This record gives sequence, C-alpha cells and structure tokens, in this order.
Amino acid sequence: MKVDVVRNILEANDAVAAELNARFSSLGILALNLMSSPGSGKTTVLERTLTDLKQEFSIAVIEGDCQTENDARRVAATGARAVQINTKGGCHLDSAMVRDACDELGLDGTDILVVENVGNLVCPAEFHVGEDYKVTILSVTEGDDKPEKYPFIFAESRVMILNKIDLLPYVNFNVDRACAFARAVNRDIEIFSVSATTGQGMEDWYAWLRRERAAKQQKK
Amino acid sequence: MHELSIAESLIKIISEEMHKHGLRKLLSVQIVYGQISAIVPEALETAFEILTHGTDLAGAQIGITVKPMVVRCQRCGREFSPSHDVRLAPCPDCGEDIGHSIISGRELYIDHIEAE
Repeated sequence: MKVDVVRNILEANDAVAAELNARFSSLGILALNLMSSPGSGKTTVLERTLTDLKQEFSIAVIEGDCQTENDARRVAATGARAVQINTKGGCHLDSAMVRDACDELGLDGTDILVVENVGNLVCPAEFHVGEDYKVTILSVTEGDDKPEKYPFIFAESRVMILNKIDLLPYVNFNVDRACAFARAVNRDIEIFSVSATTGQGMEDWYAWLRRERAAKQQKK
Repeated sequence: MHELSIAESLIKIISEEMHKHGLRKLLSVQIVYGQISAIVPEALETAFEILTHGTDLAGAQIGITVKPMVVRCQRCGREFSPSHDVRLAPCPDCGEDIGHSIISGRELYIDHIEAE
C-alpha cells in the first residue's frame, strides 16, 4: 500500500525551535544563531562583543563544539554566562540540545542569547534552534567565493560578519565579490566588515544588536 | 554527518505513518531533497540501515530524488540553475546581481512510503 506522506523530515526539530522562539520572545530576549566555518574567528568576535557590551546587556552564551570546553572557558572569562554543549563529533546543534542548555543556563534577566554553533557552513543551516536570526561569520582568510559555494547558509542569514579585515593587505580576498555573492541570494542581508582583533567596524555590529534587542523588547 | 539526525527523524515519521495506517512492514520510502541542503545520499542510506537493523523498517528500499537549485531573478523573472558555467549572479538574461530568490533546492521531505 502506498501512503502519501509529504512531511518535512525536520518537523520535530522545527517544532521545538518554534517553542523556544516563543519563550525567548515572551522574555524579550534577542536570540542569535552564530555560524561559520572553523577558524573564522567566531569565538573572538563573540569575546570582543561580550567585553565591549558588558555594561549594556546581559548576554548569555550557548557554546557548541565537537570536543573540548575551551570556547566556553574563553567566553566565561569575559564574565558572561556560558553553557557548553559538547556534540561529541556531531556537526551541528539541534533545538532539543539548545532547550536543555537553556534550562541549565536559566534565561531570567537575559537580554541577548547567542548560540555559537559548531564550525561548519553546511549542516547547522538546516537546523533551527529557536533563534530570531542567523548570523554567519566569514573571514578574509577564507575564499571570497564561500557565499557562492554555500548559498543556503547565506540565504538563511540575516547578517554576514566579514571578519579579519585587518589582514586584507596580506590575502587575496575580494570584499565586493564576497558581498555580491551573499546578496545574490539575499538582498536584505546586513553585512558588517570587522576586525575582532583591532575592533575596527565592531561599532556597526553593536548598533545592529542594540536596534534588534530594542525591537524584541518592544514586542514583548 | 547530519544524515544520522535526519535518519532518526525519518524513522520517527515513517513509524507514525505506518501505525496510523495499520501497516507492519516497510517496503520503500521516497525522499525528496534539494541540492543545496547538502545531504549525502549514501550516508543517509547507511544511517537508515544501521538504525533500522532488526526492526519492521529493516531492508526497505530508500529512493532519493534530488531537486536542483533553481533561482529566480528578482528583476526579470528568469529562472536559472547555477552550475559550473552559469554563476549564481549576475542573471544570465538581464545582468541583475542581487536578490535572486531560491525557488527550489532547499527541500527536505518524505514524499511517500510503500508498506504492507
């Protein structure tokens, strides 16, 4: 007997993600899913953001990693609340993992929740984890055609942070080309060119965070 | 690597559907996935085999249909598939660079099952 199913394979993950998002929204929390390839400076961008905005916001972090708790330690050193999810080799976080991590973390008093996903431009894009927005970091030490090679993650993202721009004089990276490919599938993507090491450009990213956090607070 | 999670969700949905229709033995399942959702079919089949070993779902045929990536130019409406000689941008007709919408290529669903 043939049974027409036509069901989204990830429906269970999406359902939990929707519940989580409703919870974040009721608390006025801006929730971000931070993604990138390994080595793009994801944790460095986060560390700098946490340090610079410490007085302004209570930011909580869920750290996803295949192995080790190194990143959670780096994040905790800034004074932010952090919980580590160790995926033991798994390539992405899913919404159930994030739900458990939120229970461990406690969300009361949180202004912004950042879920730092496993470094990978493919799998994490498939799994919503309750975020308002996906933020993808690309660094200039990678290829400028990354958005063309991985269109899905850039199409899904609200923000692209182009990191390590202090290294532009030393690498063969065409900023216009990278931005053009990202915009090819996402005309509204916000692009911030930054160096998390020198701090260049970070203020524009912070302005976006302030604006989006205020919008969430108003809608509460 | 996310094929394992996908196989788990797949099995849950198939079991629900079989239960709903009073079916006991799965013969085949047809999956549709988009080119840019980046599933490796062999990995999905292996994960499915391992997870269903010794169950009513074991031995079922997995059919996988791949939907190519198709984008629509936001200016002229031309639909095209980026490939090795057609870029994602600009649009091959009007030259527009930005805002093409992805109209196919990100699917991931079970189309149907056959069971008895």
